[in-house]
Amino acid sequence: MWDAFVAVFARDVLQAWRRRADWLTSIFFFVIVVSLFPLGVGPEPALLRTMAPGIVWVAALLAAMLSLPRVFGSDYADGTLEQLVLTPHPLTVIVLAKVLAHWLLSGVPLALIAPVLALQFGLEGEPVGVLFVALLLGTPCLSLIGGVGAALTLGVRGGGVLIALLVLPLYIPVLIFGAGAVEATVAGTGAAGHLSLLAAGLLIAIVLAPWAIAAALRVALE
Amino acid sequence: MLEVRDLACQRGEQPLFSGISFDVSAGELLWVEGRNGSGKTSLLRILCGLSPAEAGSIRWRGENIRGAREVLLGDTLFLAHANGLKDDLTVVENLRFDARLAGMNAGADRVDAALRACGLGERRDLAVRYLSQGQRRRAALARLWLAQSRKLWILDEPFAALDAESVDRLAAHLGAHLEAGGLAVLTTHQEVPLPAGRTRRLRLDH
Repeated sequence: MWDAFVAVFARDVLQAWRRRADWLTSIFFFVIVVSLFPLGVGPEPALLRTMAPGIVWVAALLAAMLSLPRVFGSDYADGTLEQLVLTPHPLTVIVLAKVLAHWLLSGVPLALIAPVLALQFGLEGEPVGVLFVALLLGTPCLSLIGGVGAALTLGVRGGGVLIALLVLPLYIPVLIFGAGAVEATVAGTGAAGHLSLLAAGLLIAIVLAPWAIAAALRVALE
Repeated sequence: MLEVRDLACQRGEQPLFSGISFDVSAGELLWVEGRNGSGKTSLLRILCGLSPAEAGSIRWRGENIRGAREVLLGDTLFLAHANGLKDDLTVVENLRFDARLAGMNAGADRVDAALRACGLGERRDLAVRYLSQGQRRRAALARLWLAQSRKLWILDEPFAALDAESVDRLAAHLGAHLEAGGLAVLTTHQEVPLPAGRTRRLRLDH
């Protein structure tokens, strides 16, 4: 079982490395969207600092969503998904490996870049650290919840737009607590509560999402 | 070993087939025939548990597969119409992944032997996207040389896109599999030299 997990994870990462352009587009999308706001809103330091957490998080949601159709889409198209479902290993384990690979390729880069982008908004010191931690806790949630949407829309016409409609409302709690953590730090009330809620959400998602994704994949393949 | 009773399948509102019963025992091959759209692929997908059947039961090693799906999956190798190969990975990477996933501890030499057996020895480090249709099919079929421990082979049009030499090679390999007590269920439109005496036919359209 562990061997299957490692095999699927390694294959997805290798596959993504061969197609780095695909993954780099969603990372650049994130960078550009975040960078547009200071240009559009104007150089008002207080205003930018207030908006920064929300902007970074909304951009992260959109960037994470952009790469979702690829998670199961290519496997579905070339028939490897059938082979994955037909292994004697639990499908949830395989799904978890794929979601982990998605997070490593789309979530982790966002968390690493965000502190640099935060400089444009005049964020410094502790809030930047909190932003990084909040993204590290929140982006795996985005991958897990997004995976459910990706699996449900598999093989559906216009799946890309449908994913957005399905998944963005479910991202709202992550957005509220993720952005809230940074805002609370700026306001001086401490981010511990928000970060704990993010972590709790992540734990719930780790338990429930792979099961939901596996069920959706089986339906898609029927 | 494989017992199917009164199997029925529906596609949308349209009944595809019903009342299909057959047995396949060790060393036998079942050739599923029928025109396009008669439900051959659906039957194979039901057999390996990908799709649910409308009615009827499937028993493998005496147990209904509804309750013991893992037993069937551990014994089965399913080759669908789609090749199940990743375009961006090389032939040998694809095969090694398949072997690992199937829990076969296939060393590099076994993977190489399987590729040579399918005539892909020189193409092993080429990305699958550069292969021709027939070569892709051969790469997918190379699993059959790796997975000799899998008892039941379910093959959807395994001979499609293959050249004459590869068809003979696959037929011979099928023969060896049956000889060793294996089972196979396959569909094909081509007249192929299937192992005589061990082949049974099932027509889906009447």
